[in-house]
Parts: sequence; C-alpha cells; structure tokens
Amino acid sequence: MDNIAGQNQGGRVAVNITVLILVLLWLLPTIGLFVSSFRDRDQISNSGWWQAPFAVDLNFRTRIASDGMREEAGRFILEGNVFDDPSLASDFPDGGVVSAFGTRAVEPGEFPPGETVELRTGGTLVVNADGSYLIEANEELTRGPTLYFEARTPPKFTLANYRTVMFADGMDRAFINTLTVAIPATIIPILIAAFAAYALAWMDFPGRGLLIAAVVGLLVVPLQLALVPLLSLHTSIGIGQSFLGIWLAHTGFGLPLAVYLLRNYMVGLPRDIIEGAKVDGATDFQIFVRIILPLSFPALASFAIFQFLWTWNDLLVAKVFLPSGADSQVMTVKIADDLLGSRGGDWGILATAAFVSIAVPLLVFFTMQRYLVRGLLAGSVK
Amino acid sequence: MPPVLQGILTIVIGVGGCIGYFYASNLILDKVIFPAKGPKAGRNINRANQVRPWLFLFPAMFALGLYLAYPVVGSFYRSLFDRSGANFIGLGNYADLFSEAGFRTAVFNNLLWVLFVPAAATFFGLLIAQLTDRLSWGNIAKSLIFMPMAISFVGASLIWRFVYSANPDIGIINAIRDSMGLVALDPLQVRFWNNFFLMFILIWIQTGFAMVILSAALRGIPEETIEAAIIDGANPFQVFFKIKVPQIMGTILVVWTTITILVLKVFDIVYTMTGGNFGTHILPSYMMTYMFRDDGRATAVAFVIMILVLPVMIWNIRQARQEMR
Repeated sequence: MDNIAGQNQGGRVAVNITVLILVLLWLLPTIGLFVSSFRDRDQISNSGWWQAPFAVDLNFRTRIASDGMREEAGRFILEGNVFDDPSLASDFPDGGVVSAFGTRAVEPGEFPPGETVELRTGGTLVVNADGSYLIEANEELTRGPTLYFEARTPPKFTLANYRTVMFADGMDRAFINTLTVAIPATIIPILIAAFAAYALAWMDFPGRGLLIAAVVGLLVVPLQLALVPLLSLHTSIGIGQSFLGIWLAHTGFGLPLAVYLLRNYMVGLPRDIIEGAKVDGATDFQIFVRIILPLSFPALASFAIFQFLWTWNDLLVAKVFLPSGADSQVMTVKIADDLLGSRGGDWGILATAAFVSIAVPLLVFFTMQRYLVRGLLAGSVK
Repeated sequence: MPPVLQGILTIVIGVGGCIGYFYASNLILDKVIFPAKGPKAGRNINRANQVRPWLFLFPAMFALGLYLAYPVVGSFYRSLFDRSGANFIGLGNYADLFSEAGFRTAVFNNLLWVLFVPAAATFFGLLIAQLTDRLSWGNIAKSLIFMPMAISFVGASLIWRFVYSANPDIGIINAIRDSMGLVALDPLQVRFWNNFFLMFILIWIQTGFAMVILSAALRGIPEETIEAAIIDGANPFQVFFKIKVPQIMGTILVVWTTITILVLKVFDIVYTMTGGNFGTHILPSYMMTYMFRDDGRATAVAFVIMILVLPVMIWNIRQARQEMR
C-alpha cells in the first residue's frame, strides 16, 4: 500500500512538491485579496500585491510658492526641497529619494534627478535626488510652477479600507441585512425537515418510497424556475419583495437537501433503541423529541452549516426576493451591483468588501469543517 | 419594525409554530379524533398511526410543493404567455429565443460549462485526493483546497479579478506577461477562451467538494484488493487506474452529476465578472437579463434549463431507488 504514494524517496518528494504547488495555486488568489485589502490605495495602483512588502515608486506633486524668490546677479533664483511640502510630510517623515521628476502631470517621471530642464513659464529647473530643487529665471515668476516627482516609498499597510467599508460605505448595513436573512433561513427549515425526515425514515405508510424519490427529484430542480411564479405569488398574497419573502423562499429551497440529508442519517440510527422505546409505550412524538433529535445532532449541524453558507453567499435569491433599495441590500448584492459599478477601479475597497463578506463563512468553515465533511458524505447519493 | 427585530420574531414564531403545530396536532389526533380508549380503542390506535405520518410530513410537503413543485408547472404555464401575461402565444417565447443569436451563444456556452467544469473539478479532486492520501500534512492541504467551498461566488469572482485584471499592477496574469515583455490584455475579452477563464473560478471552488468525497471513497477501498495487485507486480499507476478507479466509479459519477447540476444553476460568476458581455452568457445569467423585464421570456429560459437538468434528475432518482432496495 505504501508504494502507491511513494515507493521510493524520489516519488515521495515528487508527491510532496506537487501537492505543495497545488495548494499554493489554490491559495494564491485568496492571499492576493487579503493582502490587497490592507494596502494603501496609491500603492495598490502602482505595484502588484505580490510586491506589497517592498518599497514602491509613487508619484507626487508639489506646488512651489514663488514668494521665496530672490535676485542674484541679475537672475531670479528659487531654492528649496520638495520633501518640505507639509502635505507630503506624512509620506516622508525622514526625507526621501527622488528617482525621477517632471513638469507635466501626464509624464511625472520625465527626467532623471540632476538634469536641468526648461520650464514652460521660462527659466530652468533642476531637482536633485535628495529632493532639493533650484529654479533660475531671467525675470521674477508670478506663480510658482507645479513639480511632479517620483519617489520610493516604504510599504504601507493601513486599516483605512476597512474603516471606509465598514463605516462609510453602507457595508455595515449590508452585513446586518445578510445576517438577518441567513439566520432565520437556516433555523426554520431544520425543524420542518427533521419531522418529515423522521416520518420518511421510521414510519410505515403507503407511498413512502415515492415521496423519497420525489424529494431526490426536487433536490435538482433549478432555482431559476421558481423565481417568476413565486415572486408573483408573493406579490399577490401581499408579501411582495421583503425579508419575510426571502425567508420563506430560502426555507422552501433548502428543504429537499435537509429532508434528504436527515433521512439518510436517521435511517442509520440503531433500530433497537427506537423499537425498545415503542415497546415501552412511547409515542412517535416522544421518540422523535427525546431520542431522534439528540442522536441526529451531527446531521442537523451539518445541514445548518450548509444552509447558512448557502444563504449567506446567495446572490440570486436576494436579488429577486428582496427589494433593491440600500436598506435591504445584502452584502453580495451590494458588492455585485453597487461597489463593482461605482467603485470599479478602487481595488482596495473592493478587496476589503469582499474580505468582509467572506470572513464569516470562512470562520464557520474552519471551526466546523468536521460536520461539513460529514454532511457532504451523507448528502451525496451513494 | 427594523429587520433585525423582525428576524428574531420570525425565528420565535417559526420555531414556536413548528413545535406547537406538531405537539398540538398529535395531541388532537390521539385525544380527540381517535382516542385510545373506549370500546374502539384498538382500532383507533391503528387509525391514528395511519394518519400520523402525514401530520409529520405535512409542513415539509406543503413547502416543497409550493416552492419547488408548483413553480415547475407555474413557470411552464407562464412561459406560454407574452410579456404582459395577458395573451396566450403558445410556444412563441421559445421560438423567439431560438432565433436569437444571444440565446444560442448562451446554450453553446452552457454546454461547454457542463462538459468542462465537472470533468476538470472531478479530475483535480481525484488527483489531490490520491496524492494527499498518504501525506503527513495531507489534512492541512485538503482543508486549504476545500476552503473556496465556503466563499460566495461573488467573493470568488472578486478574488479572481486580482488574477485576471488587465492592469499589470493588479492582475497576476498580466504581470507575468508584462515581465516577459508582452502587451497587457484583458483575458475576459478574449472571445471563446474567456468562457474557460470563467470556468476556472467554478473549478477552483468545486475541486474541494470532489476531493472530500473521493478521498473518503478511496479510503473505503478494501486493502486486500490493492495488496493483491501489488503482489502481482502492478505499478502505482496500474494500481490507481485499474484497481482503485473502477472501485470508486460509482462515487465519481455521483460527484460528476452533483457538479453538473450546480453548473446549471450558477449565474453569479458570469454576472459579476463580465455581465454576459464578450460572448460569455450562460443560460442562468441570460435569464437574469429578462428577469423583471419580460417574465414570459425569463420563464422560457428557466424551462430550457429544467429540460437540461431532467436527464440528471431521472438518473438521480433511479440511483436513489436502487439504493433503497
């Protein structure tokens, strides 16, 4: 058996390396999102997230005031240092190094430091690597020129994206809305399904096999079919597009999996216990509440995880059954319809919003993976 | 009332109502309708036990019927009417759809998805399940590859934008092209192949699912069969393809069909990545372009999806019935 994975040292190493590469490939996109969500906006647009730990060349502009100009031997001279600009002080607490400079916004890094260039307003300009500049002109300049320069800035990580997303962008509201949708939509189908699953597993009645087959069939009915008829049904009975509507919809859509999964589990419970209880005079209701429910906890937990992940991550049902206004948007809708449109280029905000929306499912996933796997194994038709 | 309070109230009403319904209905059945006393006690107990399963089943059956069975019929019925819903036009919506180039593209793309995604996800799942089987850190590796299962399709799409973006400072693919001196291009605008770039996202999500189930199946293979093969001189590849794979063929099929069904439902990826532009529509996303605008067309598209799912559904039901015997 051992020689399958690696009959020799070389094989074993090859397997280890292959798996390592696969895992890295699988993780890479998520890591990119995670790193980007902590990066400064300017840094994101100037270097890839894989360069996040390194310094990056960013463009800056500074407006030079002309009032410091002095006359010297018939020429007007203006001297100073670009890093002295108070608005840039926070980026360069201990000075910086200019790697290129320019006089036009379209080409901020036109010239290498130290080169003397002509100013459009007349006169010459030179910016040195240490940031000091010298402007010489034949006549006094009324307005100081605007300088553009490129400087190496250290990597900068910030929580600003999270602050924007959580407090300024309406994402807090969307987060609460998602919770509001997901929790009732997870809890309500469990009980309904548990009773039905018990009947299908342990009670004898004509047509039982047919009903189980029907549940298996409904398991694969595409959701798309349900959208139009149910929305018009909801509208005609006065529910319309509302939270109540989406809870009912999620309950209905989650039931086949719940019934199927729980029945498969309950059938496997030991017959002796149930028959023993019956002989002792317990009613079906008592057996269900006292014996079946506690014993089925693993299956209940795994369905709850599935349904929670599904309702939390859902976009389609939320788009159709919830009103589209900002006070009932869930996070997926908010990201897909709002942020991608209005903030399409703001990668930091997008990454952060996405990370906020996947944080809870990831937490659930890593803490309760055991139940999830068990549910998957019970849920697939074997 | 704020939605949060409404939610808590719904939980209380829902759970309380459920327990109340089951308790009260059983009580009424046993004490009022068929009381287990008096001259007909024995017959009453039997009758009560005949009715009881239906009490247990009723809420679930009602919800399933209303939310899943009725829509199949309701959608088909609605698809026979025009946009306003007032005029019966027979199969007019279907005829219009099939004459539309966009619809034909969506069907073609959807077939590509159905062929490619389950195959690739099952392949990778099987590969990883086999490779990690005897690995000391196999469980960690599996858990990390399984992780995308928890991520929403919207979240996954955003994650993959950091791979596909046309900007070489954002997208990895273009960063690599850039470092090789190639011009940046938007992978999602490359006709035909962009479908596959979108499929990778779903494969990335579904491989974990395939891996978990196939890994359990591999562990369930009796050791003797493998030992016998090794003694007979089979090499690792022969053991894998001739001994292991045939024994877990049933599970492979299950994984395959489960992913196929999922593929026919997912609209989120196309919707968030391209919005169906550049020839990437699939049926579920194509349907959403009609949703809220033309219910007749929307239901017609939905019904076409249903027809595509039908063979899988029948296979599933037969499978389940065999298992019960």
